[in-house]
Amino acid sequence: MAEAPPDATRIAAEARDRVRFEEEALALSDQVFRVARHLAGSREDAEELVQETYARAFRSWRSFQPGTNLRAWLLRILTNLNIDRGRRSQRAPQVQALEANDYYLYDKLAASDGAPTDEDRIVERLSQDDIVSALSAVPHDFRDAIVLVDIGDFSYQDAAQILDIPIGTVMSRLHRGRRILKRELADSIVEEGS
Amino acid sequence: MTHSHDDPCAHCEEMMQPYLDHILSVEEMREAEQHLDECDWCRRRYRFEESLRVYVRQVVSEPMPVALKQKLSALRIPLN
Repeated sequence: MAEAPPDATRIAAEARDRVRFEEEALALSDQVFRVARHLAGSREDAEELVQETYARAFRSWRSFQPGTNLRAWLLRILTNLNIDRGRRSQRAPQVQALEANDYYLYDKLAASDGAPTDEDRIVERLSQDDIVSALSAVPHDFRDAIVLVDIGDFSYQDAAQILDIPIGTVMSRLHRGRRILKRELADSIVEEGS
Repeated sequence: MTHSHDDPCAHCEEMMQPYLDHILSVEEMREAEQHLDECDWCRRRYRFEESLRVYVRQVVSEPMPVALKQKLSALRIPLN
């Protein structure tokens, strides 16, 4: 039986690995977009960012270690591109974000309606627009943590690696970010009600 | 900031996020659950927080544009 030259075997194996990598990466694109949509400032920015991320991922696929978390690897590329392009800093520098206590939003919502409240339905008083705009008003350091963990379903550990910050910082940003988000939501109710 | 001795509900509020994130110690978890068993006021607020998390995740999730998916496939490096 004639053996293929070693080079040809190696090239064929590499091509197979690359195709598999590309297919696995593409299968995650819905999830990558879902997170990118709220890391970036707008849908257009998110679409561009996802394309740049995949272009880079396909070029540097060899630096991905098989068996590790591909979704986190893609998001790490995306986050770095987002920072490099300065897309995160389009907003005016933040004054200190206002953070409320954890019960603040519930108290506001419950107070806005005299009837007895059903905790599972009360959230429905918040519209999709309210939530999307409240989320985009959260300063990006806090928003990144919320988007990765609460929307993207990443572990603290993965979020820490993606954002290149310690895990304790992920947790504190997440906790503070959720309070800021609730404060923004509570303010949107006050504005609508006034 | 601890209110644990004078205001158990304020303390319970501080434990809410770590409780729902499952990062409390066993002892703290027991302490929170004991208070929640007795306190309808806090229990409602915990329930609301849980619903809020689910709701936020649902409403902010936008489907990926089909055209974008096609563009990503086109970025694949062709086999020689």
